[in-house]
Amino acid sequence: MKNHVILRFVTKLLIPHILLYAFYVQWHGDFGPGGGFQAGVIFAAAIVLYGLIFGLQAAERAIRPGLVQSGVALGLLLYIGVGIASMLLGGEFLDYDALGHDGQHHGILLVETGVFITVASVMITVFYSFAELIRRQ
Amino acid sequence: MSGEQLIDIVLLTLLASTAIAIARLRNLLATAMLTGIFSLLGACWMLFLDAPDVAFTEAAVGAGMSTILILATLCVVNAEEKPSRESPIALVAVLLTGGVLVYGTLDMPSYGDPDAPATTSPITRIYLDSANAPSEQEEGHAAGSNPGDGFVVGIPNTVTTVLASFRGYDTMGETAVIFTAGLGVLMVLAGARHRRPDPSMEIEPEPVDEGPGK
Repeated sequence: MKNHVILRFVTKLLIPHILLYAFYVQWHGDFGPGGGFQAGVIFAAAIVLYGLIFGLQAAERAIRPGLVQSGVALGLLLYIGVGIASMLLGGEFLDYDALGHDGQHHGILLVETGVFITVASVMITVFYSFAELIRRQ
Repeated sequence: MSGEQLIDIVLLTLLASTAIAIARLRNLLATAMLTGIFSLLGACWMLFLDAPDVAFTEAAVGAGMSTILILATLCVVNAEEKPSRESPIALVAVLLTGGVLVYGTLDMPSYGDPDAPATTSPITRIYLDSANAPSEQEEGHAAGSNPGDGFVVGIPNTVTTVLASFRGYDTMGETAVIFTAGLGVLMVLAGARHRRPDPSMEIEPEPVDEGPGK
């Protein structure tokens, strides 16, 4: 894609907005449509777009494969961790009211962050794996 | 016929014709693109059903990510479907499955039915009240005066409330499913990747620079 000036330029313009929109969907999910799942996919889409236009190596320099591979497990651990934290604080598993004042709000936000991390990491990992496979052929 | 009905009919016709085109085409690249279009049309239709959260997911996952992943797969495999012999057993199986599915939909409430179980169930009221009562939050906490069960979440988006709070276990399971799927792809493709360069060597030393994810 070295010679596609228009594609490269438009991509450079678009990617910051896609990333910003992903975070908007993530943190605004309590008030509007969206949440961790959608935000994770949008975030991953920005990285995939970057990888498609500027090459796999550039994308892997921006977001390291080891980082996303650990993110796959980290998001789920965060989710389960919120559940265990609410148990330790005297409630039931995933009972956010135990997390203190405004616990529901914070619990939901943390859990959605976990979903975001896992979904984005899985999507980027799958893309990296496929791209690597294609490059090796 | 109202304008909304017209939009519904146009969208559903487009969905059906896209599906027929997908089934009939032999070129897998065109099929992949049509699958993306199908998802986008589905997202539009979900939006008209007042389900922006579902439409959002469908547009991002169906039209965006999965189209890219299907295209990536097409780079590795042949982009033309092999002509297959059409057997009458397959036709019978498809017709039978389709018939059972259509028969199953007969039990569902009709489109826009105000007496649908989802509307009349008392659980729906509890969900909506608990989610959409930020002004009653202090009151509910203090005296437990909420008619539902005194449980107030106080987040305007009901979908997020149901997904993350009321159905927190389900969403955790979904996240675990995504985790497992990612792990599976990683193991299958990474295994293929490491074996490919040197097929003569039976046992390869495990690469250590895999990152902290292992």
